[in-house]
Amino acid sequence: MKSLATPSTPTRSIYRTFWDLTVTGIALGAIYALVALGYTLVYGVLRLINFAHSEIFMVGTFATLITATNFLGIPLLEAGNYPYRTGFTLVAILLACIVGGMVVSGAGAVLLERVAYRPLRGSGEHVGAVVLAFASAFTASLVFTETTRTNVIIGLIGTAPLAVLYLRIFRRGRQAPRLAFLISAIGASTAIAEAVAIWSPRDREQYQTPRVLEKKVLFEFLGTEVRIDYVLVIVGALLMMTALVLFVNRTRLGRGVRAVAQDVETAKILGVNVDFVILITFLLGGVMAGAAAMMFTLVYDQTRFNIGFLLGVKSFTAAVLGGIGNLRGALLGGLVLGLGENYGAAIFGGQWKDVIAFVLLLVVLMFRPTGILGESLAKARV
Amino acid sequence: MSLSDTFKGLTKSAHAVSGLGERIGDLPRVSRWSLIALFIFSLYLMPWWPEVPVLGWLVDTPGTSFEGVITDKVVIYVLVALGLNVVVGLAGLLDLGYVGFYAIGAYVVGILSSQHANLPWLVCVPIAVIVSMIAGVILGTPTLRLRGDYLAIVTLGFGEIIRISANNADWLGGSRGISKIAKPPNIGPLKFGVLDAKPYFFLGLTVIIITVFFLRRLENSRVGRAWNAVREDEDAAELMGVPTFKFKLWAFAIGAAIGGLAGTLYAGKVRFINPSNFPLQLSILFIAAVVLGGTGNMWGAVIGGAVVGWMPERFRGFADKRVFVFGVALVLVMVFRPQGLIPRKIRKERWLANWKQRESEGGEVARG
Repeated sequence: MKSLATPSTPTRSIYRTFWDLTVTGIALGAIYALVALGYTLVYGVLRLINFAHSEIFMVGTFATLITATNFLGIPLLEAGNYPYRTGFTLVAILLACIVGGMVVSGAGAVLLERVAYRPLRGSGEHVGAVVLAFASAFTASLVFTETTRTNVIIGLIGTAPLAVLYLRIFRRGRQAPRLAFLISAIGASTAIAEAVAIWSPRDREQYQTPRVLEKKVLFEFLGTEVRIDYVLVIVGALLMMTALVLFVNRTRLGRGVRAVAQDVETAKILGVNVDFVILITFLLGGVMAGAAAMMFTLVYDQTRFNIGFLLGVKSFTAAVLGGIGNLRGALLGGLVLGLGENYGAAIFGGQWKDVIAFVLLLVVLMFRPTGILGESLAKARV
Repeated sequence: MSLSDTFKGLTKSAHAVSGLGERIGDLPRVSRWSLIALFIFSLYLMPWWPEVPVLGWLVDTPGTSFEGVITDKVVIYVLVALGLNVVVGLAGLLDLGYVGFYAIGAYVVGILSSQHANLPWLVCVPIAVIVSMIAGVILGTPTLRLRGDYLAIVTLGFGEIIRISANNADWLGGSRGISKIAKPPNIGPLKFGVLDAKPYFFLGLTVIIITVFFLRRLENSRVGRAWNAVREDEDAAELMGVPTFKFKLWAFAIGAAIGGLAGTLYAGKVRFINPSNFPLQLSILFIAAVVLGGTGNMWGAVIGGAVVGWMPERFRGFADKRVFVFGVALVLVMVFRPQGLIPRKIRKERWLANWKQRESEGGEVARG
C-alpha cells in the first residue's frame, strides 16, 4: 500500500501542490467510493459488514491482470519499453480489462454470499454446500499431503458425501447471530487472500500489470498538469455510480433492493424474492469492486495478494464517513477521505496518512453519529 | 451409522461438555474442589503434555517447541480473549481495535523498563494496566455513544492509530522498537531466563486463573447483570434505569486493562517489541478467538483463545498454508456452530430455570 501514498512531495508544501493533491485525492477517492458502494449496499440490505469485500476487490485486480497478460497477450515490457497502445486498440484493451474485472469480482461476490453468508441466514442451498464441501475436504487433505494435485483429487472425492451432509444440516434453517456473520466474513477473507498467495505463480510477491496507457498530461488546470489516467478513473467511477444509482432508483429490481433494505419481513410478504435481491446486491457490489480494481491497476500498475485489506478498511471507513447504507454517502465519503488523506499527508507527512483517515472519521462521527449524509438506503433517498 | 448421525453425536458431546460445569456444581463440596484443583494442576503440567502418549501426538507442535507456543501464543491469546470477551461478549460492544490496548500494555513496560527508565518489571505492570485502562476510558468516552458497526470501525481505527504512532514517534523507539525490556523477577526456583519458557508459562497461567476468578465474580455481580441488559436491549435497559453509558465504559476499561496486562506479559517474555508485533490483523484474530469459543461465555473465550493460538502452530507442518486452513476453519465453524464451540445458550437456559424456580418459591427475584 506504500504505492498509494501521495506523490513524493516535500512536507508542508501543501500551498505549492494544492491542486496536484486535489486531483490525485479525487482519483484515489473515486476508487475508495467504488469499493465503498459494495460495503454500503450490503450493509443497507443485510446490516452486515462484508469484511471479505476487500478480497473481492483484490481478486478483481488479478482478473484484470490475467485478462491483459494471458487473454490479450500483452507483455510487461516490449523491447525495453512499456507496451503502450493507442486509439481503438487501447480502448478495446481497457474495456476488456474492466469487463474481466467486473465479471470475476461480481461472480466472486455472489459465490461468497452463497458460501459464507447464506448458510448462516438459514437458507443455505446446493451451491454453498458443494463449495463448502470441496473446501473442507481439500483443506482436510492438506494435513496429510502437500501435493496440490492430490489435494484437489481428495477434495473432489469428498465433495459429494460432504455436500449431502451439509445440505441436510442447512435444512434446519437456523438464523445465526450477527457476530457469526462477521467471523465467517473474516474467515472467507483470510482464505481468499491466502489462496491467492499460495497458489498463484509468484506466491506472495508483487505483480506488475502491463502499462498499456501512456500516462500523458491531458490538460492543465489551475497550473496543475492533469494526467489522463486520473481523468479516466474519475470519469469512469462517476459513470459507474450514476448507472448504479439509476438502477437502484428506477428499475424493478432496484425497487426490490430498497424494499428489502427497509423491511425484510414486509418485503417477503409483499412477494419480493429476498434471497434473489440479496444476490443482486452482492453482484452489484462485486461489479463495482471489479471496476475499481481495474482503475487501481490503471493508476498504480501493480497488485499483490494483500492489497485488499488496507484499501478495504479505508473504503469501509469512507462508507461510514458518508453514512453507511447511503449510495451518495459512499461517493461523498470516498472523496472526503481521498482528499483529506492527501492534504493531511502533505501537512503532517506521508507516514501519518492512515492516522489522518481515522482521526477524520472519529471527528465526523462525533458530530454526526450516522455519517455526513446519514443512513438512508432504506429511506430510498439514494 | 450415517455421516449426519456422527455429526449429531459430535454436537451432543459438545453439549455434554458445556453442561459439565453444571454437573460439577452438583457434586459435594469436597469432591468439587478436589476436581477443580486436579484440573488446575493438570494445566500447570501442560509443558509436559507432549510426552503423554495419545495427548502428545494430538497437541504437539512440529517444528516449534510446544513450551514456546503455549507461553508466547496460548497464554497471551487466552488472556486477551478473556478481556475482549468482557467487551464483546458481556457488554455486546464490537471492538475491532483491541490490539491497541495490548500494544499500550507492552509499550508502557518497554518505555518504563528500558527506553526511558529502569524500573523493574513488577513495578511496570500495575502502571501499564492503569495506563491501558485510562486509554480505554479515553477511547470510550467519545465513541461509546456510537452504536454497533460505527463503534467497530472507530475502534479499528484506534488500533491502527496506536500502531502507526508507535512506528512514527522516535520517543517510542520508532520502527526499530524497544529492546532489552525487563523480565519478571525470579521467584524462588522459578528463574526467568532466555532458554527455559516454563516459568513464563506458570506465571501466565497463574495470571489467567486469577483473571478468571475475578471475572466470574464480576459476571455474577450487579455489573454483570447490567452488561447483560445492555447487550440484550440497550434502550430497554436505559428505560429500566440502568446507566448504560457508565456500564459500557466500565466494560471498555476492564477489557482494556486485561488487554494491557496481556501486553505486559508478552513484553516481559519476548523482551523486544516493535510496531509490527501489533498489526491490525491481530485484532481480528482476537475477535475470532472470542466468537469461535462462544461469545459471552468465559470458558468459550478460554477455549477459543487456546485454539486460535495453538492451531496454526500445530499445523506448521504445511508451513505457509496454515493461515488458509485457519480461514476455511473459521467459515466452517461459523456455518455449523454459529454460536461458537461452547455456546452461551445453555448457561442462559440454566439461569432462566433457576430464576423461575426461585420465583415459584416466592423468593426475592432479580433485585439490585
